[in-house]
Amino acid sequence: MKIEDEKSFDTLTDKEYKYGFVTDIESDSLPPGLNEDIVRAISKRKNEPEWLMEFRLKAYRHWLTLEEPKWAKVEFPPVDYQALSYYSAPKQKADMPQSLDDVDPELLATYEKLGIPLGEQEVLAGVANVAVDAVFDSVSVATTFKKNLEELGIIFGSFSDAVKDHPELVKKYLGTVVPYKDNYYATLNSAVFSDGSFCYIPKGVKCPLELSTYFRINAANTGQFERTLLVADEGAQVSYLEGCTAPQRDENQLHAAVVELIAHKDAKIKYSTVQNWYPGDKDGKGGIYNFVTKRGHCRGDNSKISWTQVETGSAITWKYPSCILKGDNSVGEFYSVAVTNNMQQADTGTKMVHIGKNTKSTIISKGISAGKAQNTYRGLVRVQETAENARNFSQCDSMLIGDRCGAHTFPYIDVNNPTAQVEHEATTTKIGEDQIFYCNQRGLDTEEAVTMIVNGFCKEVFRELPMEFAVEAQKLLGISLEGSVG
Amino acid sequence: MALLEIKDLHASVADKPILKGINLTIKPGEVHAIMGPNGSGKSTLSNVLAGNEAYTKTAGQILFDGQDIDELAAHERACAGMFLAFQYPVEIAGISNMYFLKAAVNAVRKYQGIDQLDAMDFLDLVEEKKKIVKIRSDLLERAVNSGFSGGEKKRNEIFQMAMLEPKLGILDETDSGLDIDALRIVADGVNALRSPDRGFLVITHYQRLLDYIVPDHVHVLVNGQIVKSGGKELALELEDEGYASWVAE
Ligand SMILES: Nc1ncnc2c1ncn2[C@@H]1O[C@H](COP(=O)(O)OP(=O)(O)OP(=O)(O)O)[C@@H](O)[C@H]1O
Ligand SMILES: [Mg+2]
Repeated sequence: MKIEDEKSFDTLTDKEYKYGFVTDIESDSLPPGLNEDIVRAISKRKNEPEWLMEFRLKAYRHWLTLEEPKWAKVEFPPVDYQALSYYSAPKQKADMPQSLDDVDPELLATYEKLGIPLGEQEVLAGVANVAVDAVFDSVSVATTFKKNLEELGIIFGSFSDAVKDHPELVKKYLGTVVPYKDNYYATLNSAVFSDGSFCYIPKGVKCPLELSTYFRINAANTGQFERTLLVADEGAQVSYLEGCTAPQRDENQLHAAVVELIAHKDAKIKYSTVQNWYPGDKDGKGGIYNFVTKRGHCRGDNSKISWTQVETGSAITWKYPSCILKGDNSVGEFYSVAVTNNMQQADTGTKMVHIGKNTKSTIISKGISAGKAQNTYRGLVRVQETAENARNFSQCDSMLIGDRCGAHTFPYIDVNNPTAQVEHEATTTKIGEDQIFYCNQRGLDTEEAVTMIVNGFCKEVFRELPMEFAVEAQKLLGISLEGSVG
Repeated sequence: MALLEIKDLHASVADKPILKGINLTIKPGEVHAIMGPNGSGKSTLSNVLAGNEAYTKTAGQILFDGQDIDELAAHERACAGMFLAFQYPVEIAGISNMYFLKAAVNAVRKYQGIDQLDAMDFLDLVEEKKKIVKIRSDLLERAVNSGFSGGEKKRNEIFQMAMLEPKLGILDETDSGLDIDALRIVADGVNALRSPDRGFLVITHYQRLLDYIVPDHVHVLVNGQIVKSGGKELALELEDEGYASWVAE
């Protein structure tokens, strides 16, 4: 092969997954395997208080009694939980970086490559209006804007810091939305979670910045089990972004995160995710298993929680961001785009549980499958006896590209109050040859045409995303659909 | 050099032969009209020219601007300056007309090695071209052809043509569905785009369009073949006599 050929081949694979590089960094890892000693060791490394170690151990013991869920429409070989390492931390100069200057330059370079603004000057220069907490493998490596946020009483940073600095808050809220017994992966996470983000917005404060966590898996054979806990106190408002990437590796990597959101009276939380974990290669080799439990609790009256997700990565996605609408007049929203190409599988959707009076929920789901991928929407709308005048509107649209992929919709509806109004609409379309030709005839090549048409299809979801994210999401969509036609 | 040269073109759709030996040459600056009964192959011809993969060219040769068109994919033909105003323009949900056109204009410019238009320059171009077909601004903000009336879709096609400034404009029954005033406006628009280096192939059923867009040549397409060619007066003859003498056999 000539050198030029090699180069062009490189750019091709780069395009396929441009975040596939590995950072060469020393890390402090626990040996593979899972038992009570490992759970204790994780807790010790992090100098955790006794109650938290107990929480972990309870979860671990419960996990031993559970079996992996089998109901999702995904297929994968059994995960060997004993072969995984449950803790990996990049070695730092100091124990915890106090400012960006203390962060390993290799790490900063990694985030720069990923296009994540960790330098505060970028924000000051008006380039980005986000405060970022970056999580590398298991630990949070840098949080920007901590000081500015502190002045408003906002706590935003790594979960570990929160355990040290605000143990009472963590103790009060941890596990109150996703109990440690919730499900197989959430229970596992409760036992071995390493780090993640914590965020508390005090009464009446409207957070002036987008808060963002950026997750990156680097180490091989490591599971990433981060834990996010976000509390908006009475009347508080916050918009939170989450992005994720991982290196390209031949073996599958496990990601089992838990996210808990709590909205008190009159509070509003908007949580957006752009998930772009490595999806594996064309033949289904490698890729992330993304088994995530995300749930929001509209605890107070008139509260609102809105989930927006754009899922383009991962070999397997198993994820149902949900809302428990407990407060009267509370509102839950779920906007989702899930793209699967090649051998990817996604089983995703939401649960809306109406408990309070006049609670409202909206579900907009767009599933796109190409190649031999399988894409499933699974959603539950439950209206409990107490939920007088509950309203739900669900719309689930699927788009197929080619004829070897599949789209499936499983809407479960469980209504226990006669005043409820529940509406469900679903469509499945094949991307039209005539639409592609129309775009071709205006000068767009077929990949651009498909990206354009799919972007149009996802419009209702993309417009819910914060500006910078929407642009990113559209680009990602184009990248993940590359090679899906022709 | 001819702008378009079609030699003994045969083409089929779904294995069914439709075009059976078409010969046609369009020189820069010329307007050619094609008339013919329903199902005779007019839209098939425009699709084959534009490179729609649902249609198969089985024999013959097409040269566009001197280049064998077989070498070019549909989008490359468009970028090289061929524009098809569709008989039935398709809808694309969720993508605004403006966004779509900006992508199209820049794709063509990129192919031709011209600088991309930024948002401001693009808007200036839109303002200039809007006048040509008097298209309403709200149609430009709406999703491509979504919920447009039949006439609005046709007008939008000509607006797109004005924006893309092609070398060859193929108009497939652009007049069908237009009201009397709109017909005049659209025809004026096309006339405004006529120039010594641009050619047009106008497919129509009605002589009236040709009163406004006066053709240099008129061809009668019946059953996949051009059975008669002549000057603009041929259209008048057809208006009187129809296609009976050719279809009868
Ligand atoms: N996809 C297809 N499958 C089968 N037959 C087709 C297909 N597309 C076109 N045809 C047939 O090809 C023939 C020519 O169609 P074409 O659309 O070119 O006619 P036309 O001259 O444009 O007619 P009109 O004046 O009605 O627009 C018709 O008999 C039509 O039914
Ligand atoms: Mg036709």
